[in-house]
Amino acid sequence: MWKTILRRFLVMIPQLILLSVLVFVLAKMMPGDPFTGMITPQTDPKQLDALRAAAGLNDPWWTQYFRWVGNLFQGDLGNSYAYRRPVTGLIGDRAVNTFWLALFTLVISYAISIPLGVIAGRFEDSNRDKAIQVYTFILLAVPSFVFLLFSLLIFGYILDWFPTSGYVSLNVDAGTPAYWLSRFQHILLPGLTAGLLSTSGTIQYLRAGVIDNTNEDFVRTARSKGVPERVVFSKHILRNSLLPIAAFMGNSITGLLGGSIYVETIFSYQGMGQLFISSIGTRDYSVITALTLLFGFLTLLGNLLSDIIMSIVDPRIRVE
Amino acid sequence: MDNKEANQVVVTAATAEIKPSPSAFRVILREFLKDKVAIVSFVLAVVIMLGCVIWAAFLNHDTIAEVDIMNRYLAPGVNGFVLGTDEGGRDLLPYLVMAARNSIGIGVSVALLNEIIGIFLGTVSGYFGGWIDNIIMRVVDFWMVLPSMLIIIVLVSIVPNYNGVKLVLIMTIFSWTATTRLIRSQVLSQGRRDYVMASKTSGTSNLKIMFGGVLPNISSIIITDLTLTVASSIGIESGLAFLGFGLPNGTPSLGTLIGYATQPEIIIDRWWVWLPAALLLLVLSMSINFVGQALKRAADSRQRRG
Repeated sequence: MWKTILRRFLVMIPQLILLSVLVFVLAKMMPGDPFTGMITPQTDPKQLDALRAAAGLNDPWWTQYFRWVGNLFQGDLGNSYAYRRPVTGLIGDRAVNTFWLALFTLVISYAISIPLGVIAGRFEDSNRDKAIQVYTFILLAVPSFVFLLFSLLIFGYILDWFPTSGYVSLNVDAGTPAYWLSRFQHILLPGLTAGLLSTSGTIQYLRAGVIDNTNEDFVRTARSKGVPERVVFSKHILRNSLLPIAAFMGNSITGLLGGSIYVETIFSYQGMGQLFISSIGTRDYSVITALTLLFGFLTLLGNLLSDIIMSIVDPRIRVE
Repeated sequence: MDNKEANQVVVTAATAEIKPSPSAFRVILREFLKDKVAIVSFVLAVVIMLGCVIWAAFLNHDTIAEVDIMNRYLAPGVNGFVLGTDEGGRDLLPYLVMAARNSIGIGVSVALLNEIIGIFLGTVSGYFGGWIDNIIMRVVDFWMVLPSMLIIIVLVSIVPNYNGVKLVLIMTIFSWTATTRLIRSQVLSQGRRDYVMASKTSGTSNLKIMFGGVLPNISSIIITDLTLTVASSIGIESGLAFLGFGLPNGTPSLGTLIGYATQPEIIIDRWWVWLPAALLLLVLSMSINFVGQALKRAADSRQRRG
């Protein structure tokens, strides 16, 4: 097993290098440089050139690339000129908001999809199964941003059950119980909606898993031994069907991050996705570069996690 | 002589008894006739897509985007504007038709381009296997873990002379991987069948086996994938336009109109600006998807209802 994990880590290294080169190329394609924001009518072009030379912007690209990577390892991602502060701290604040929303979304998603998937699989072709199948098809067919928008319209504006924007009310003091309550209220609607949206994949996987496992030899053996049906289902069928779902959790990071752009924009929730969109608007390139790199890195990490969990729970895929 | 003739009679009798398997078209037709939702979806999708394209062809493109500040934010029905007007006083009905046509055009172009790339790479990868397969699949693996949404947005905002064609190309860069994987897995399973072996033994060229033998056999899967990709591409394009990274300014898309809903004063009080576009996108996306699902069932004999 350790060999598999080690091998998987080694595969990630070239992926990380490729990702960093790709993001670096994108960053170089963006117009302007860190000093563009400082230009005023009084700025002396020669002085600006000197600054650029001092910062190494006239060096060959590979020197620039290695310096950039070196700075990355020291946590230096440059400065945001729109917010006038280091990018690391700015993203750090937003990452906390995104983390809570994503965690809540994940909890909701599994709380809905696991029971539904189990019911659909256990009672295959029953009316309940058919209803659940229709539900997953509709979820897959609706563009997610339209779904989020309708949810905001109905539950936020028309029914007025939830706050419609922000991550906390302005009139509460940080650290008080009221503050945390307000933060929870603000992630309720986006989290519930996004959670509901991301259920279809898990439901379909779990349903197929339960149906496949029901026809396995070990289930027939257990039944013929006289194991009670309840135990056969919970111990033999369900456990085996839940394993891939557990492993798939790492992959769902990708979906959550990609989705955060829409969720956070629509609900005006100050997280990383919303920061990304607003930074594109203000042409704050150091923030854009850092976020693209971070999202790519987290996605790679999620995949790594999934593969490792999978190799722990399923010995068949371990390589020698 | 007699013996030979008798043999021939037996052979013809035997072949006469085997009914030819129904053609792909018949299977699809039978599947649709069993599924009322699929028929309704098919009619809706065709009517919306063709309707918008034909209607848009008769519209005067210059007057649609014309700003008329005397008629800002008129409710539907006022002054003869069937769907009302937006912040620029534009009549929203022709604007919506243009927007839908643009979204559909981008979606269909991305899906077609995606299918061409996916079929080519997937077939080559699945048929030849070995190092070619290895290289293509490693690229696909890496490509699939990229944060595609972010990179598309970055590309859209930095590409010089940005236009609709470039949007199609940028979207295709991140959509070909799933189709390539699908086609590869299908070709892989076909490649081990007897007819491919027989063709190889009798000296048919690889190119002919790949595109004349294997591809027709997976055509129903290609059609299904094409349909579903059209729906997802329309969704992605509208989503990008919704965020403000779709077609260049002045070229409306369904997402552009839905994007007005991000302004709190419009979402409730001026609902007519965005709601028709949102509903149209919803109906279009769902009907294409339901058609796709019916095609998927028709392609897999175990799932057929008809």
